[in-house]
Amino acid sequence: MSRFKIITLLLSFPIALQAHAFLDYANPAVGSSNKKSPAEVRITFSERIEPTLSSIKVFDSNGKEVDKGNQKGDAENKKILLIGVPLLTQGSYKVVWRAVSVDTHVTNGEFSFQIKP
Amino acid sequence: MKKHFSSLAFYFAVITACLLLLTRNLHAHGYAGERFFPATLTTDDPFVADELSLPTFSTIVTPDGGGTRETEFSIDIAKEIFPHFGVEIGESMITTKTVGEKAQTGLGNMEIGAKYQFVTNAKHELIVSAGFDAEIGGTGTLRAGADSFSTWTPTLYFGKGMGDLPNCVSFLKPFAVTGTIGMALPSRGYNQSIDVEGGEGELDVEANSDTMQYGFALQYSLIYLQQHVKDLGIREPFNRLIPLVEFNFEQPLDRGNQGLVTGTINPGILWSGKSFQLGIEAIIPMNSRTGNNVGVIAQVHFYLDDLLPAVFGHPIFGGKQ
Repeated sequence: MSRFKIITLLLSFPIALQAHAFLDYANPAVGSSNKKSPAEVRITFSERIEPTLSSIKVFDSNGKEVDKGNQKGDAENKKILLIGVPLLTQGSYKVVWRAVSVDTHVTNGEFSFQIKP
Repeated sequence: MKKHFSSLAFYFAVITACLLLLTRNLHAHGYAGERFFPATLTTDDPFVADELSLPTFSTIVTPDGGGTRETEFSIDIAKEIFPHFGVEIGESMITTKTVGEKAQTGLGNMEIGAKYQFVTNAKHELIVSAGFDAEIGGTGTLRAGADSFSTWTPTLYFGKGMGDLPNCVSFLKPFAVTGTIGMALPSRGYNQSIDVEGGEGELDVEANSDTMQYGFALQYSLIYLQQHVKDLGIREPFNRLIPLVEFNFEQPLDRGNQGLVTGTINPGILWSGKSFQLGIEAIIPMNSRTGNNVGVIAQVHFYLDDLLPAVFGHPIFGGKQ
C-alpha cells in the first residue's frame, strides 16, 4: 500500500467520530455566588450542538421554572446555548441542561448558582 | 536499514498526528448519570465498554529469589458483545531479573474475561457488574514466570459516585470509589518439580492457594468538580485531572498460606482527554512479603467506542445502544 493510501485511510477516521457535548463552562459559573441577577444563563459546551433539540431550564429553590423560555443558540459559536431569565431575587437556582450534539448524541447535566446580596 | 527506519518513523508520525486529530472531536465513556468513571490502572473497571489499554507498563522489585525486578508491558482490549455484556483479552511481555542471575524475558499467560453490568443507577451514580477472568496456564513463557496452570477468578465489580451527597458537603461530590472483590481459583493445587543440585534430586512442592483478591480506587474528579459543583477557573489541560489512590490486596485462604496477605497502595493521577487517557501511579508495597521498593505503573488507554464508532461503541448483537 502506498504512503498516500495509508495517509488517506488514517485521515478519514475523524469523519466517523462521535462527539458527546459536555459543559465546558457557564455564565453564571457553576456553583458561583453572584451579587446581581444575570440577564441570561449561557452554557458553552465542549462540542457544537443543535440548539433546537437542546434545552436549558432554570428553577428556583422551590422547584418552579423561572426562565423566560426563549432559549437560543449563538449564531457565531455553535457550542453555545443560552436562555433569558427575569430579575432573579436572592436565593439558589438550579440549571438543568440537555445537549444534543450535531451528530445527535444526547447528554444531560445540572448545576446550581446563587444570588446573594 | 536507514531507509527502513525512516519509513517506520514516517508512519509512526502519521499515526500519532491522526490520533491527536481524533482527540479534538471525541468524548469518553464509562458514565452513570453525570458521573464519568475513568479506567483505573490496577482496579478493574466496573463498566462494560469498548476500550484498549496500550500499553500498560509496570516495574517493581519483588522479594522472590532474594530480590527480583519484574518489568511488564501489557495490552488489553475489551468489546461489548451483547447490551451490558462484554469480553476482554489481554497479553503481556514480562522480563524478570533476579539478583545474580540472567534476565528472563517472555510472554505472560493469556488472560480472558467476561463481564455483565447488571446495575446502572444514574441518580446515585452507581454501577455494579459481575464477571470472571481466566488466566490460561501454559500459554506463556515458564522461565519468565508464567504459570503452567490456569486460574479462574469470578469477580464482583462496583463503582459509586458521591454526587448524591447533600449540598452542604458539595466539595465531596467529586469523590468516587470503584472496587472489585474476587476469588482466584487455581486449576492445580500444588506444583511439583525436582530440583537437581550436586547430582541429587530434591522434590520441590509449591502450593497454589485459593486467593481472595480485593481492592478499590478512591478518586477525586476535577472534571466533575468543574462541571457540576463549582467552576474554580481551572482550564485545559488541568481541568481533566483525576487524582486517585488505589489499594489492592491478595489474601491466600488455604494450603498453608492462610493469612499471608500481600498488597500495594498506589497513589497517582489520571488525565482523561476526549478519546484517550493517561495515567501514572507509584506502587508502594504494604509489607515486606510484597516488596521493599517502590515501583511504578503507567498506562495509555484509548476509548475505542469514541475513536471508531463504526466498529466499536455498540454491542455486536442486540441492537445499537
